[in-house]
Amino acid sequence: MRQNALSQVFRYGLLVITALVILLPFAFMVSTSFKSHSEIYEVPFRWIPRRPTLGSYEKALEQANLLRGLFNTLSIAIPSTLGGLLTASFAGFAFAKLRFPGRDQLFALLMSTMMLPAIVTLIPQFLGFARIGWVDTYWQLIVPGAMGTALATFMMRQYFKTIPDEVIEAAALDGANPLQTFAMIILPLAKPALVTLGVFGLKGAWNDYFGPLIYIASPEKMTIQQMIAGTQNAYGGEPGVLMAGATLAMLPLVVLFLFAQRVFVEGISTTGLKG
Amino acid sequence: MTAVSRFPHERWWAYLFAAPPILGFLVFGLGPLIASFVLSFTRYDVLTPPEPVGFENYRRLFVEDFFIGKTLVNTAFYLLGLPLGMAVSLSIALLLDRVTRFRGFFRTVYFVPAVCSAVALGLLWKWIYRTDYGLLSMALAAIGIEDSPAWLSEPSLVKPSLVLIGIWTNLGYEVVVLLAALKTVPRQLLEAAELDGASGWQRFRHVTFPAITPTLFFISVTGTIAILQSFDQVWVMTRGGPAFASATYMLYIYVTGFQYFRMGYACAMAWLLGLVVLFVTWAQFRLARFWVVES
Repeated sequence: MRQNALSQVFRYGLLVITALVILLPFAFMVSTSFKSHSEIYEVPFRWIPRRPTLGSYEKALEQANLLRGLFNTLSIAIPSTLGGLLTASFAGFAFAKLRFPGRDQLFALLMSTMMLPAIVTLIPQFLGFARIGWVDTYWQLIVPGAMGTALATFMMRQYFKTIPDEVIEAAALDGANPLQTFAMIILPLAKPALVTLGVFGLKGAWNDYFGPLIYIASPEKMTIQQMIAGTQNAYGGEPGVLMAGATLAMLPLVVLFLFAQRVFVEGISTTGLKG
Repeated sequence: MTAVSRFPHERWWAYLFAAPPILGFLVFGLGPLIASFVLSFTRYDVLTPPEPVGFENYRRLFVEDFFIGKTLVNTAFYLLGLPLGMAVSLSIALLLDRVTRFRGFFRTVYFVPAVCSAVALGLLWKWIYRTDYGLLSMALAAIGIEDSPAWLSEPSLVKPSLVLIGIWTNLGYEVVVLLAALKTVPRQLLEAAELDGASGWQRFRHVTFPAITPTLFFISVTGTIAILQSFDQVWVMTRGGPAFASATYMLYIYVTGFQYFRMGYACAMAWLLGLVVLFVTWAQFRLARFWVVES
């Protein structure tokens, strides 16, 4: 009994230390973001600022234009995520429940793209988008995702496979066409899968840096990730502004995570999805 | 046998529904794939039309270009972080699996870095690693080490410093996946082993570990693919410096293609990376039979 209690204490001790290792960097970031420029360089270091100030946040929001970046990010993330959910559900439904010649071959072909490192197609994609005048617009960041990725289609197909065939047959017997069946029966059933994919899609689009870095060049069109990366140069790397920017860029997702924790944890536990 | 009802014109509906991703595959996948292959045999600076150069790009890639080897070795170094991180994550997951209270709380805390962007985390860690007022140097000063090492500007230190961030970032994700796997370990088997007098280590080695090997394999395969193509964090934190000591292969492709506009050469480089990714993945699947226990 005693031994057991001791090892419990030992376990909690290690878990708490790990939690501190994870959290202290964030505490350092938030602490820096609320300090005045002079207090940042004060020794000894204080976790709680002596005179907390919003100065760094004002600079980040006004001069670095982070609100604009936020708006820009959402103008990409929302249409690409919603569009992708819709197209992937339609296609997932077709591949799971409808019968048509070449179904399995087409599906295998689509899945083969998951094997393909995105980098191999990146340069011709860029050149193609440049040719049709899409560079420095959001189209090329929205359209490919909104057409339904292989992964999303796969996930939706797996989900729809769990719906009994009888449900579909009953709908057909009642004279519904596939579109009506999809809209009135299939889609409402798919809510959990849609929420999971949607949350991960939003996370991916919010955190994406490489895509915008390649395609978006005008400062006023840049996404929030580009803008906070840019604060490094624009403000001589002023730590307060950098940390305020980083905090603002993390905050929405951390809040989303705290509220939609079940979605994250279950999505990852069952599928390994990382977003 | 009951007659199965089907929709009239079912196949045309199906083609319509499946069309967007298929079209996306053709336009954004297959087309660019072929174009990339063709371009890899040309010199193309975007301003003038592509000029065929035969195998010149590939010759330079394999024979001449010093940075190819350097960035590939750097990338391989970052791969070392994967088994290290998995060992840490597994230890934490095992601890969490054995406690009853606050499990959800710890899991939530550990997961926070995994939802943050590589850019924001990169900025945060750059500040932590700063030699004058960074958190790490201050912590070292507090225990009497005054000369903080230059974590990010010392060529021999920069890669381990970045590996550390990777482990810290992925910990929570891996813990969540591993916790789910630990739930599938057969309880009766663990209890039977305990009754037979198996030690904690023996139970882990012969019961728990085999049961979670498919999950470890999954983390290893997806993690490897991600690291082979990593870019964001290194780009934001060091731009690949000092003297390309931290540059990933992906970063080198980006610089070649989008800063020097050597698109043909960048395509050849991308193909090499693509083949490396495919080969490493294939090799992992081949090696799996030596250690992954299929249930």
